[in-house]
Formats: sequence, structure tokens, C-alpha cells
Amino acid sequence: MNIKVKYFAIFREATGVDSESISSSAATARELFAEARKNYPGLEKYEAALVAINDEMAGWDSPLNDGDEVLFFPPVAGG
Amino acid sequence: MKEFRVSAEPINSSELQRSLNDAASGACVVFEGWVRDHHEGRAVLRLEYEVYTPLAEKEGLKIIAEACELHPFNKAVCIHRSGLLEIGECAVWVGVSSAHRDEAFKACRYIIDQAKVRLPIWKKEYYAEGDAEWVNCQRCAEHGARDGQELKHA
Repeated sequence: MNIKVKYFAIFREATGVDSESISSSAATARELFAEARKNYPGLEKYEAALVAINDEMAGWDSPLNDGDEVLFFPPVAGG
Repeated sequence: MKEFRVSAEPINSSELQRSLNDAASGACVVFEGWVRDHHEGRAVLRLEYEVYTPLAEKEGLKIIAEACELHPFNKAVCIHRSGLLEIGECAVWVGVSSAHRDEAFKACRYIIDQAKVRLPIWKKEYYAEGDAEWVNCQRCAEHGARDGQELKHA
């Protein structure tokens, strides 16, 4: 299935990518992030704090569907 | 009135405070987060906020609705800056008006604590030595976890 992935802040700097469309067989957001870490060794030292799917905050075990947009957020620091 | 916005422009505190005026309110609590010139012993020159606005605004409104459920108030506004900020600028503004002070204090505290741990906002500090780092706000995360428990038991 096709998934659009977006990386933010330090994840964008670590991957050198802000957005990409990929073909993946990952069943969950957790599996997709594990794939991303393999593709971009720069991501390995970071734990993702939050994930969103189609502009809704989601759990790491949320299932993925064809056409989903998955957003990987590093630890946030507002305020 | 419940309002959450991301702003690329400077925050106008007095104008925002007037928007909280309400005949039924006897209390108004405002919290301002300012850009500080140091962090963990390092001299900071300026900050940059990256914000994923579509989700920040959606989640920000959820936080304000939760605060109202926990500590009923009349009006609340939260504005968070994006982009480059200089020392002394207001980075985040939270204001709550309510009938009595207790709700306004507690709702204001809930909104700022949750905003710091849940909104897709990232802070990059630029240091006097010339380097820059994304900040991970661990202490705030502990606060947020506590307040989340509070909501579940409400």
C-alpha cells in the first residue's frame, strides 16, 4: 500500500526529508517507524514521541490503510 | 468563547485580555511564556518554533474543552507563536476568565501544561556559542502525565 510520511523538526533534519510517498507493508504506525529507522540511520538514536494519522493524533498500534498520511513527531516542546 | 491559534505575528497581550471580559466573570488569570536568555546553563540568543498548525489548532481546542470540563470557566484563549523569536518576546499566551478565581487558576494551569506536552510544536534554541539544538521538554512531560490522570478521574 501507498503511505505518505512526513517528518518534523529534528526528524526532518535527521532524514533530510520533510515528506515522502512510500510503498510499505507495515501493518501499524510502529512498524512504519521501524522501517523508517532502517532507511534513515540518522533516525535510530531518536525515540518518536507522538504519531498522527490523517491529521489525528494516533496510537503506535493504530492500523495503517492505503493512502494514509502518517506524521512522525519528535518529542514536542511548546511554550 | 474558546479560542486557540498559532500566530506568526507578535502577541498583543492587552488586546487578548480585553477579549476575556465577561459580565459573569469575577476572575481573570493570564499566563505568558517568554523567551529566556538561558537554558540549562547555556546563553540563548533566540528561539525558533516549528508548528504543525492544522493539528496544533485542533488539539489546542481539545485541551481548552477538557479544561472547561474539569474547571468550568466562561472564556479562554491560548495563542502560540511560530517562527523566530527574540529574547523577551511572548511565545505563548493563555488567558481564562471565570466566575471565581479557583477555576481560572486551575484551567489556565491545565491549558499551559497540556499545551507543552501535546501540541505538535518544536523549539530550537540558538546559543551564544553559535550552535543550535531542538529542545526536549522532559520535565513538562511529567506534569502532563499527572494532569491526564486527573481528567480520567473527573
